[in-house]
Amino acid sequence: MATVEVTFTPLPAHVRTARLVATAVARRSGVDESLLDEVRLAVGEACSRAVEAHRRHCPAEPVRVEMTDQDERFVVTVSDHAPTPAGQPAAPAAAAESTGRDGIGHDGGSVIPAGFGLAVISGLADDVRVVSTSSGVSVRMSWPSAAATS
Amino acid sequence: MDLKLGHYNKDGIEVVDVEGEIDVYTAPRLRELLIDLVNKNNYQLVVNMEKVEFLDSTGLGVLVGGLKRVRAHDGSLDLVCTQERILKIFRITGLTKVFGIHDTVDQAIAAKKSEK
Repeated sequence: MATVEVTFTPLPAHVRTARLVATAVARRSGVDESLLDEVRLAVGEACSRAVEAHRRHCPAEPVRVEMTDQDERFVVTVSDHAPTPAGQPAAPAAAAESTGRDGIGHDGGSVIPAGFGLAVISGLADDVRVVSTSSGVSVRMSWPSAAATS
Repeated sequence: MDLKLGHYNKDGIEVVDVEGEIDVYTAPRLRELLIDLVNKNNYQLVVNMEKVEFLDSTGLGVLVGGLKRVRAHDGSLDLVCTQERILKIFRITGLTKVFGIHDTVDQAIAAKKSEK
């Protein structure tokens, strides 16, 4: 069971809420102060990605964020329910996928390629796992927490 | 307010002051402002990020988009930023090599003038 779970309507306005909650829970879990900016940024990126996916495929479905203390790690998992077509992985290496993801919302003319947000996340958390199935994508990130740093 | 925007002209260069958080929700406003400035023939831009508290890849996309627009008119878009927390995402993405990043607005303006 997650320490804290947040589900929110897939609207850009709520991404800030999710990253603030994640930062607060990370602090309580004992994640070092120097890492909290990375937590905030990485969770924000994962939530932004999920929101954009839901707005395209399932705007009535909420995005879910689970935060857990686990084995001296603070673990955050952001899950979406947007179907990933077979053969189109959501991993950072697939930045050239042709889903037409718009890095700046659905106003067209993206200058940031698809998968860029995941690439940023990979630069912020030393442990990132992306699981992509036909029913959605979950991005799992973790940072060392209090027990590891004591 | 999550994002506060302002702009003024100094020595022929349009300076954009950004305050607050630039993310998937607020970035469209910055994008619209940059588009508007370019449409009004402002091709030498300096974006002052000193009061930016948060910047994600959506915000980066807006800045890159602005850079592309001004470069289409042989212009430039430079940044003012000394905050390590903001510079970090530029470093992670390699965009420190793409943008001129200065410590103050005056230094950014002086650098532009010396390029001419």
